[in-house]
This record gives sequence, C-alpha cells and structure tokens, in this order.
Amino acid sequence: MISKRIAAALAGATTVSLLLAACGDNGGGSQSSSSSGDSVKSLTILDYYNNEPDKTLVQKGLDSCASTLGITIKRETVPGETLIQKVLQQASSKTLPDVLMLDNPDVQQIAATGALAPLNDLGLSGDGVIQGMVDATSYQGKLYGLAPVTNTIALFYNKDMLTEAGVQPPKTWDELKAAAKKLTKPGRYGMAFNANATYEGSWQFLPAMWTNGGDETDLNTPQVTEALQLWTDLVQSGSASKSVINWTQGDVNDQFIAGKAAMMVNGPWQIPALNKNPKIKWDVVTFPLNKPDQKPVAPLGGEAWTVPLNKDQAKEQKAADFVKCLNSDENELAWAKARYTIPTKTALLDEYVKEVPSMKAFTEQVKTARSRTGKLGDKWPAAAKVIYQAIQLALTGKASVQDAFKQASGG
Amino acid sequence: MVTLTRTTVAGRERVRGRRRRGEDLTKILFVLPAAVAMLALFGYPVVKNLLMSLQDYTLRTFFTGEAPWIGLQNYSAVVKDQLFSDAMVNTALFTIGSIAFQFAIGLALALFFRQRFPLGGLLRSLLLLPWLLPLIVSSATWRSILEQDSGILNRSLLGLHVINDPVPWLNSPSVALIAVIGVNIWIGIPFNVTLLYSGLAEIPDELYEAGQLDGATGWRAFRYITWPNLRSVASVVLMLGVVYTIKVLDIILGLTGGGPANATQTLATQSYEKSFVDFKFGQGAALSNILIAISFVFAVFYLRSTRRAVDE
Repeated sequence: MISKRIAAALAGATTVSLLLAACGDNGGGSQSSSSSGDSVKSLTILDYYNNEPDKTLVQKGLDSCASTLGITIKRETVPGETLIQKVLQQASSKTLPDVLMLDNPDVQQIAATGALAPLNDLGLSGDGVIQGMVDATSYQGKLYGLAPVTNTIALFYNKDMLTEAGVQPPKTWDELKAAAKKLTKPGRYGMAFNANATYEGSWQFLPAMWTNGGDETDLNTPQVTEALQLWTDLVQSGSASKSVINWTQGDVNDQFIAGKAAMMVNGPWQIPALNKNPKIKWDVVTFPLNKPDQKPVAPLGGEAWTVPLNKDQAKEQKAADFVKCLNSDENELAWAKARYTIPTKTALLDEYVKEVPSMKAFTEQVKTARSRTGKLGDKWPAAAKVIYQAIQLALTGKASVQDAFKQASGG
Repeated sequence: MVTLTRTTVAGRERVRGRRRRGEDLTKILFVLPAAVAMLALFGYPVVKNLLMSLQDYTLRTFFTGEAPWIGLQNYSAVVKDQLFSDAMVNTALFTIGSIAFQFAIGLALALFFRQRFPLGGLLRSLLLLPWLLPLIVSSATWRSILEQDSGILNRSLLGLHVINDPVPWLNSPSVALIAVIGVNIWIGIPFNVTLLYSGLAEIPDELYEAGQLDGATGWRAFRYITWPNLRSVASVVLMLGVVYTIKVLDIILGLTGGGPANATQTLATQSYEKSFVDFKFGQGAALSNILIAISFVFAVFYLRSTRRAVDE
C-alpha cells in the first residue's frame, strides 16, 4: 500500500516538474535543444560572490536561468581567497560542483589539471566574445569557461580637487606625474595605487607595462623598466604614499574616499562604494600613455563559469546549458548594469555605454584589453610573482629600477 | 615426579599467564582510544607531510591523484631558493627578539603584580586581553596603528616631537621586521605574565622572611630566592615560547604578508607561500618539515626539563 502511494507521489512529482520544465522551455526560448538533460532536476554551484550587493545580484541571475531551464540550484559561496583551496578539497574528494565559477586567470591552471569539461563539445562557443576573454578561458585551443561580464582598471580622479588645482585629467605619463605633484599637499597625495606583494599588485601594474609595449614573456626590456620607473617616480617624488607597497585595492579606494588621494588606479567594482559618498565628485579616464602614439592596454578582470567533468553526462550537459544561459545577451546586459561591469560580447558594448554613461572609460578600456593568461597560460602566476617582487624591490630602494626585474627573477 | 611437578608448575604458570594476558588486554583497551586519536590526528598528518615532501605534489595531484616520487629534490630546491637564507635569519631574529622581550617584560610585570595593591587583580586580568583577541583582528588593528602617514603611532610621536619624520614601520625593509617583532611581543606578554606569575605565587613567603633576616632584600632577594625557585617554570615558558613563536604565520601575513620586498619572510610564511600561492605543495611540505625539525629540538629540551622537574 505505502510503497504504491509513494510511487504515485513520485510519479506525480515527476510529471509536475516535467511540465514545469516544458513551461520553462517555452518561456525562455534561448535554451539549447539538447534533450539529454531533461532528467536533471538540480545543479550545484560554487562561486565567490559572498559579499553584498554582489551576492544577491548574482543570485538573481542564477535564479532566472534556473527557471528558464526548469531546474533548482544549490549554490554555495565562499570568500574569494579561499575558492581555489575549496576547489582542491572538492577535487580530491570528488565532490566538485556541477557549475564552478573561477577567476579568469585561474581557468587555464585548473583546465590544465584536466578537471574541466571542454565547452565546445557541449554546444558552447566564444563567438562574439572579446578576444582577450576567450584567450583567458581557453586552454590548448579548447574553451573551458565563459564570462558574462568583465571589468578592468582605469584612472579615477576627484573632479573638485582637479578643478581647484587647475589640472586637466592626465593623458600622458608626464602629465600624470605633473598632475600628481600639483595635487599633492599636506595630508593628501596626488595619486594612489596598489603595489603590494600579491597578484593584485601585478594586476595594477599592467596598464602601465602593457600600454608602454612591455610584455610578460620577457620582463627584461626597456618598456617594462620604463613602467617601473613611472611607479618609482610617483612614490619617490612624494606624489604617492610609500604605503602603496602594503595597500590593497580596497585600501586605495578608502584613501580616495577619505580625500587623501586625488587620483587612483582602480576598477568599476568600487563604484557602489563611491556612490555611497555623494560628496565625492569623481570621473574616470583611460590609463595615460607614455608616448602619444600608444594605445591604452589594460588587463581583463572578471569571473568565468566553468563545468567540471562529470560522470553523469546529462548533468554535465545541463550545467553547460546553464552556463550558456548565464552568457545570454539579456543576462550579460542585466548583470553589467546591476553590478557596474562590462558585457563580454563586443556587439553589446555600444548599447551598454548608451544606457550607463559612467562606464564609458572602462568600456573603452575593455575593447583593447588583454587577459593575463593569454600569452603565458598556466605559467602566468610565475611571471606575476616576478612582477610584484620587482615592484617591491624598486619602491623600497632595495634594487635600482634597472636591476629590479633581474633580481626578482633570481638572476 | 619430575615431569609431574613440571606440568603442574607449567599449568599454574599458564593460568597466571592467561590472567595476566587479560589484564594486559584491559590496559591496551584503555590506551587504545587515545592511541587511535593520536595516530589519526597527529601521526597521519606528520607522515603524510613527510611523504609529500618527497613527492612532486602540485595542483594537478588533487585532480589526478598522481604525485611522482622525486626523492630529496624538494629539499634541495627550497634550500637553494634565494630567499631561504633570509628566511632562516629572519626566523631566528623573530624568535629570539620576541622571546627575549616577551620574557623580560613578562617577568617584570609578574614581579610588579606580586606586590598587592588596589585593582591589581583587575589590571592583571586586563593584561590578558591581547591573548584573547583573534590574531587576525590584532594584526589588522596594528596595521592601521603602524600606518606611515595616518597611523596613530606616528601621529602621536610627531605631535610629541619625538620624531621629525614619520617612521616607515611597515614600509621600509629595514624597519618592518622590528615592527612585526614588536607586535608579536605585545601578543606574547600575557602568556609569559600568567605562567611566571603563577610560578612566583608558588614561592613560599617564609623564604623571603628568612632571607630578609640575612639581609637579602630587593635585587639580592630576586637573585638568591626568586630566580632559583622560578627556574623550572622559566625554562618551560621559554621552551614553549620558542616552539610557539618559530611557527608564527598569521601575524606576519596580516601585518606585512612577508613584505616589503620579502623583508619579513620567515620559514613559516615561505612554507605557506610555496603551498598556497605557488601550489608547490611538495616544497611547502619540505619547508614545514625543516621547521618541525627545528621545533623538535626545542621540544626535546622542554621534555627533558619537565621530566627533571617531575623527578625532583
């Protein structure tokens, strides 16, 4: 009796969810036509958006895709710095989630271990996506992740302070140095950036290094040294605090908000915090050039969604469909607008800037931006380490600007 | 006759043996839970760490389970690393500097609180506060106190005209280690005060009264009465202090992250960095084994000194 009743209940539940799935299909329309994933009811997800407002905003996007696909999701969020450790734990206990978010420079490293499913085989492609992002999320010619939105860094400036000092937003390094000097007065620095001994310190250095034609495949070039000279000049002239070697990007933003820095290198994720302080009138320009014929090249940020290899083929396909839905045009735009990020599809950029004019400089910067792992792949972390070590050596005076990179690479 | 006696003796022995075996079994059963816990929670990680240090254990290993044996290559790699000698020197300076000042200040405070005065008990318990704070909170707070431009320490020193230029506490490679040691001293004082104070409390007052009659007061009382009676406690405090200090990681990570320009890298921070930043888990394990070996030497000293104390 009882077992029959349970069976009936189960059958009922299945029909209901099948119906729901069918409704979802009709409603969404953007789902791929794979039929193998229909038996999948739920997916597990792991990401590192554990702070508000991002946590809720991302949840909204995930929920909308879940209802489009007619599934439920079980999401876990961990602090950013612990994500890789969590992934390693899960990998060794074979409990990786169905959908995994990774910071874009980590994708190749994890893909190289053979943990991720190539998305091309599951009906996804990087067509129309900014080349830099496709480079970051591909490994040995195969696509392993897709990022709906991206970000980068540029130069924020305090409008009131620049007007008061009669300074125009700098377009060249010389102008930047002059402006920073002019804006510096007791209790305030002209410029703030992060030069700490972490990958974040390297990331903040890249706009200067790449714009000047420097390249991570060979760090012992005049182009790279000149960029390091810029950072060193700013600190040694007193236009930037000596504390930059310990600051995080959050610290840099705090200095800017407190009025202790007139300009800063930072990313659009700081905008919500800046907007909470309406007294501060700010604007953004692309990173200045060393020589007028250069183009600004900044690093691409942002997280990609990947699908760990799964014995359950149907589940793997469903997870891939989910990632595809996250990267739909509508979702990219919705996320970009809500979270001050930039859509990764080139075709969406103009429409986006029209709707969110404050993101113009960043969007401009993204068009020419490069990914950190584009050239070196999983060897990037080693190069990034040499970069931040060299910056530390030069800024503390333990090595001359000329010798810093040689010394940092152990030569 | 002879054979008969032999058999009965043997039989009696057998019975006794059986009984003894039963007792032995009970003893073993009592020890077993503790032994299992020790093996699982202590033995396994140590052995695993030793094995890991002989393997090429990388990010890939977590996914594929493959970790090829490479003998002592990890050890030679970490020893040849350009930062190894710096890290060794920093570890020694950090440990010796911290322990010397923690102990001296701890002892001075313990002696001070030995005098009974109003609110002495309250002040003594307030002294425990640094010990109660989570280390991450302490290091974040100290980081803002020691900030070069707007930190309260430099502001106060400038205001009092003690210094003319702000001290680059955490920004200069030549000062940062001193600042980090200073913070660690602050954190370690409560531990020293508490143990030394209880050691002092053990010394009978009669000794001082008798000493007074012979003219042993002040410094002489300390030299001939306090110190000899405190020596066993002091050696325990020092040994434990070394073992705790040599592996300090969170304070350094929170204050400087090993910087600026690697000026505050110790064996512990290097081991952490190898494992969790570079994902060279084999090398990280090799470094931590070196660290364990050094601690072990001190632990042996500690065990010998406590055994002697028990024997006495």
